[in-house]
Amino acid sequence: MNKIGLIIQREYLSRVRNKTFLLSTFMLPVVMILFIVGSTFFAIKSREKRKVAVVNDPGFFKNNMKSDSSSVIFDFNAAADSTNYQAKGYDGILYLPTSSNNYELRSMKQFGLDSKGYIERQLNKAIENNMLQQRGIDKSTLDSITKISDKSVDLNNIVKEKNGSVRQANAGLAYGVGFGSGILIYITMFIFGAMVMRGVAEEKMNRIAEVIVSSCKPFELMMGKIIGIAGVGLTQFLLWIILIFALLSSMQLFLPTETLQQIQEAQQSQQNIPGGANNAMAMKIMETKTALVEGVNWGVIIFFFLFYFLGGYLFYAALFAAIGSVINEDPQEAQSLMLPITMPIIFAFIILTSSLQNPNSPVAVWASIIPFTSPIVMMGRIPFGVPETVPYWQLGLSMISLIGGFLATTWFAGKVYRTGILMYGKKASWKEMAKWAFRK
Amino acid sequence: MQHLLEIKNLKKQFSSQIAVDDISFAVNKGSIFGLLGPNGAGKTTLLRMITGIFYPDEGEIFLNGQTFNPVNDISQIGYMPEERGLYKKMKIGEQAIYLAQLKGLSKQVAKEKIREWFIKFEMQSWWDKKVEDLSKGMSQKLQFVTTVLHEPSLIILDEPFSGLDPVNANLIKDEIFRLSQKGHTIIFSTHRMEQVEEICDHIVLVNKGKKILDGTVSQIKQDFKESLFSISFEEAILPEHTAIHLFDVISNKGKQLIFKKNEDFTTNDILQFFINKGLHIHSFNEILPSLNEIFIRLVEATPKARQFESLTA
Repeated sequence: MNKIGLIIQREYLSRVRNKTFLLSTFMLPVVMILFIVGSTFFAIKSREKRKVAVVNDPGFFKNNMKSDSSSVIFDFNAAADSTNYQAKGYDGILYLPTSSNNYELRSMKQFGLDSKGYIERQLNKAIENNMLQQRGIDKSTLDSITKISDKSVDLNNIVKEKNGSVRQANAGLAYGVGFGSGILIYITMFIFGAMVMRGVAEEKMNRIAEVIVSSCKPFELMMGKIIGIAGVGLTQFLLWIILIFALLSSMQLFLPTETLQQIQEAQQSQQNIPGGANNAMAMKIMETKTALVEGVNWGVIIFFFLFYFLGGYLFYAALFAAIGSVINEDPQEAQSLMLPITMPIIFAFIILTSSLQNPNSPVAVWASIIPFTSPIVMMGRIPFGVPETVPYWQLGLSMISLIGGFLATTWFAGKVYRTGILMYGKKASWKEMAKWAFRK
Repeated sequence: MQHLLEIKNLKKQFSSQIAVDDISFAVNKGSIFGLLGPNGAGKTTLLRMITGIFYPDEGEIFLNGQTFNPVNDISQIGYMPEERGLYKKMKIGEQAIYLAQLKGLSKQVAKEKIREWFIKFEMQSWWDKKVEDLSKGMSQKLQFVTTVLHEPSLIILDEPFSGLDPVNANLIKDEIFRLSQKGHTIIFSTHRMEQVEEICDHIVLVNKGKKILDGTVSQIKQDFKESLFSISFEEAILPEHTAIHLFDVISNKGKQLIFKKNEDFTTNDILQFFINKGLHIHSFNEILPSLNEIFIRLVEATPKARQFESLTA
């Protein structure tokens, strides 16, 4: 076996066999699923319920304000005042003014945003209805209008693709997938980049580097480490993808059969399912799963995700390796050197959030082509559609410049690494590193 | 005798200083060669050029009469750096196999050889332990094994005995002699002079990047001898025995005399003188300077000379 192969093998195996690797690989999907299930559960279950006594009603509020048993219940007949509303079992007391605009809600505990918003909406609606009625619209007309306008509109964005096929664009899903893969690349670039840096620094501290480079070229040692750790990253992603799909699929097994039937019926008849919060939650999970599996072209996403993960990783890992080779015992030294590397990564993340809102803005387009930011930003844009949102020329240019970029950083890092790995005592600055790189 | 390694006019400059300045020497096949010098003399830089880690700025290196090719020839070299290095978290057996494979051995051969060495050094039980579990001396032994495992024709040992107890130091020393008898050439870098005298055939002394001494141990001692002799008698020495222009007395211990011979006379003249005085000679021998003394004398002389140069310039 050739030397670089041996080094890759060692770097890969020594990390994959580590207990931390196994723990992080198997725990993360479980934690993620628990998080999704938990947040859905609590969103449905733990809505706060408030009972509010309404006093001073001039007359029209009572007919126009609706109580919601899961959020706020209004009681217009309560004989309560500010001193005894709690004793009578109310969470708050709402004073309606007769003339001024001075609405007042008194309570011992602060009302949450949801409850407060609900009360405000109901008040506004009551005032609006009252004014419409005063201007001659009778109650029945008003009721029929409200009945229709209460049903919220679901806007379908139908996209006609160049090849003629029509698909229903799901901006929310694209946003979610774009954000998810962008943030995953962002995090892993830091995790695995830092892993390379620590590995290089450790070899330098241990003085094993000198033993190894008397057997092989320093560049082989550096590349072996970078590629070996890339393998660790890919293994981890592969296991995560498998685990997440397995867990999502197996979730059906844990839901009661009748709930599943109800969900199926509901899906067929396009109606809301009866039953309590449990069913609603199950419904939501199933919907999420269906939307996730069917609404996204996973082949394209996974291919580009792996490409941009690898490209971005190789681009930055070489620079992290260069830092690892010039630092000494003191880990603090790494901090100041890392700043010029972490800045563009964090910057890319900021651009990602804005380009998810507007995937075709000039900033988003150029940031997805320049290799310093492209791995993160491009991953945010791709779920919005290739080639509709991201034309082929942009994708091509971005991929070529990323490959060129990592070749350049690897060349630079190789030069720095050669000198740095055997230099003890003094930390080098970026200026000195550049000098090492460009001398003969 | 054929030279295994020959270096000619080697130069290496770093941004701040000239680390190696025009050094040439040759190492005979199968010899134990001492590369000596104080800290910062340029020994490590020199060794790194010989092991292909650094490229010289100027000069040439020949291995077995051929121009040294760092890519192919490093498998013929075993290098144990002064600062020992092993992967702390890696199992010892695996680590030894890995390092041997990097030197071009197959996994099977590496395994067998490691077992042989581990038995020889009584390290069999270490196979599945980690380096971080070993003491300093133990990891030193392991480092030595990994250095010589692939049977390199040139073995370079930088301070191989530092941190070893006398028993283990002897173990390594015996191995060095055995390897040298088997035809391996050993370059031995140190500043512990008593070890050099004991082990090395030929030495080179470098200081401030320059070679200041080159020769066999016995030759160098001859070159630096100061005509000092020690003589002891059965009888006590009387003042009349020493008041003579043949020699100057350095010390007088009653029955033993240390003196510096006057250059105009031979040792026979002196012995004749004592015999004529009726003294019975118990022992007589020349006192050769120790390498330690030569080392200190030479190294202390250099910076003074340099300072002088800079003052007059």
